[in-house]
Amino acid sequence: MALTKKQTAELAKQVFEYAPAPESIDHVKIQPRYGLFIGGRMVEGHSKKRFPTINPATETKLAEVVEADDVDVDRAVKAADKAFDSWAHLAPSQRARYLFRISRLIQERSRELAVVETMDGGKPIKESRDVDIPLAAAHFFYYAGWADKLEWAFPNRKPKPIGVAGQVIPWNFPLLMLAWKIAPALAAGNTVVLKPAETTPLSAMVFAEICMQADLPPGVVNIVTGAGKTGSLVVTHPDVKKVAFTGSTEVGKLIQRSIAGSGKRLTLELGGKAANIVFEDAPLDQAVEGIINGIYFNQGHVCCAGSRLLVQESIAEPLLEKLKRRLSTLRLGDPLDKNTDIGAINSKAQLERIQGLVESGIEEGAELYQPDCVLPERGFWFPPTLFTNVSQSYRIAREEIFGPVLSVLTFRTPNEAVEKANNTPYGLSAGVWTDKGSRILWMAERLRAGVVWANTFNRFDPTSPFGGYKESGFGREGGVHGLLPYLELN
Amino acid sequence: MDVRKTYKLFVNGEFVRSESGRAYRPDGNVNVPRGSRKDLRDAVRAARTAFPAWSGRTAMNRGQILYRAAEMLDGRGSQFIELLGGGARARRELDQAVETLVWYAGWTDKLSQVTGTVNPVSGPYFNFTIPEPTGVVGIVAPEDDALGGLVRRIAPALCGGNVVVALAAESHPLAALTLAEVLATSDLPGGVVNILSGQRKELIPWLAAHMDVNAIDVAGCTGDEIKSIEEAAAGNVKRVIRVAATERSPYLVAAFMEMKTVWHPIGV
Repeated sequence: MALTKKQTAELAKQVFEYAPAPESIDHVKIQPRYGLFIGGRMVEGHSKKRFPTINPATETKLAEVVEADDVDVDRAVKAADKAFDSWAHLAPSQRARYLFRISRLIQERSRELAVVETMDGGKPIKESRDVDIPLAAAHFFYYAGWADKLEWAFPNRKPKPIGVAGQVIPWNFPLLMLAWKIAPALAAGNTVVLKPAETTPLSAMVFAEICMQADLPPGVVNIVTGAGKTGSLVVTHPDVKKVAFTGSTEVGKLIQRSIAGSGKRLTLELGGKAANIVFEDAPLDQAVEGIINGIYFNQGHVCCAGSRLLVQESIAEPLLEKLKRRLSTLRLGDPLDKNTDIGAINSKAQLERIQGLVESGIEEGAELYQPDCVLPERGFWFPPTLFTNVSQSYRIAREEIFGPVLSVLTFRTPNEAVEKANNTPYGLSAGVWTDKGSRILWMAERLRAGVVWANTFNRFDPTSPFGGYKESGFGREGGVHGLLPYLELN
Repeated sequence: MDVRKTYKLFVNGEFVRSESGRAYRPDGNVNVPRGSRKDLRDAVRAARTAFPAWSGRTAMNRGQILYRAAEMLDGRGSQFIELLGGGARARRELDQAVETLVWYAGWTDKLSQVTGTVNPVSGPYFNFTIPEPTGVVGIVAPEDDALGGLVRRIAPALCGGNVVVALAAESHPLAALTLAEVLATSDLPGGVVNILSGQRKELIPWLAAHMDVNAIDVAGCTGDEIKSIEEAAAGNVKRVIRVAATERSPYLVAAFMEMKTVWHPIGV
């Protein structure tokens, strides 16, 4: 039975109305201002420039952080360089113990970290609580175990650490990306200078406290806050021997160019435009959940988001109907509310980017669908959005939107699905939904992407390597493969 | 009187003159084609076209073909020894090149068993990681080791299922251009390996900047060349492979590979 948009909204209201269930924040102490974490303690910045970090759901200021300058970055790199020799030569089992300790401390402070993450970044508390923070702890726990087993990871070699790693991370999974960077680097015996994203520095500041609580030797981890300029200072510093970046393809290319000829080792985890492919024999209800999770998880601020839905033509109509109905049951609002599905857009700049691309989709001729959805008055919000009648050449089918916007395309044959899925400079992830096992493997073989989720989407695990083909970057994070970027195998 | 050979480029399984019509004489007598930007473009196109079928071959089949290349090279050993200047050193270089091909021929069907993993994720999912070829690989041969230097890089790239556009050593291109004759008789499909001769400074920038080249191996390059290659490589996030020229290992093969991870739920 086809429901009108209004009827669906009515239905959703009757069935899915929930009382507010806000997570308490009284146990969380955000300081009014933060310094830089250098040489094992919080220090004043040489730079007197500070900038506010705000709660994107309310636009209220949470704290002020330093915009680290060249002197600050140099101090951080020097501290890391000084700490390198003793950290690299520490008994590997001792290195392991520090990492296990950090993992435990993250677990112990998990609720605080989840609240900070949600307040600073706008993501729903159920996601920071159930995904970001547990995965961050698990990542440290996994790599802790590798620290004294590196010879077993790379037969016939004597793996050695590289030196100081300069790491720059994005705002979509602040603590988790920090864990993905710091855990393997430290396990391999490197020291790090990490720069969190401009809009989400606070969980990294809590992590600095955790390093102190763990009695981690001074200088092994250093954290400098700032924007693009600070990040550029970190990666181009001559004493940084290894660079790891997660963020946009545009900035990744700038970094690759800026360190050309320096001999620095580099890994990049960049953008994506993943195809989520649904065949006519797929279990449709499961596929709908997977599509929703694929693109609306974390407001679509996910590099591996399933932002292009490829549906087999024969089931396009029933699938879209189910999808639209499901869309209207998503709850958008206060990220601290435990029932919220879609939180705030991370920043004003990102909201404007999403709005611009959605505008282009309408102009180019795609058909927009948004459920009836009341947006809060303050803060940055964007309703879950779906485009049909999308051509492959449209910007919304080619460019990474990094927002809750799904472009729907159709296909007839498996070959056409592969052709369309691979028709992008990106190659980070892909999804396949079908009941036929042989087809899953056939598709998985042909999709040019680093991660293929079959009959599931957006799953992550510390043991599972993650990273892109083509312009989605190179190098892997997670698993034994995630150690390689931080080791010399000579 | 000898019937002399005209040296040609090797593109798409065919021996062709440079479209530019130019030649140079690295040793003062023999004319060698001076490949151009357009020759390079043709080579990349041929390689890209050959990629799906070559990477889709079974690992065993790729091993058989690499082994046949070793047979063909060994069978024409005396010709190569002469091209390499004769004597014990030339013989050693030839033997090493043959051995390199045999060694990597045996790796094709073991690589994923050594570099792949089954990952014990926390949840009801089957999850595995396997190596896949990165695609079109550009290789710049070192100047000092005309045959061995090139074989030591082509073999691992092919082993994993990549396709190759190689620049022969500018000062000693004859061994590389003759190696093309070996490859052409080894059941290697046309376009899987393409070999161009010419000037490094003319060809390297286009190879490094080409948007359909996925990786570039710089073991044969100077520091200055590497810097400009890395700058140009950023245009399409090319993998720049800086593993030492002497390396012979599955780690080198893996440098030409992407790791793909596949998840599937477990349930009834």
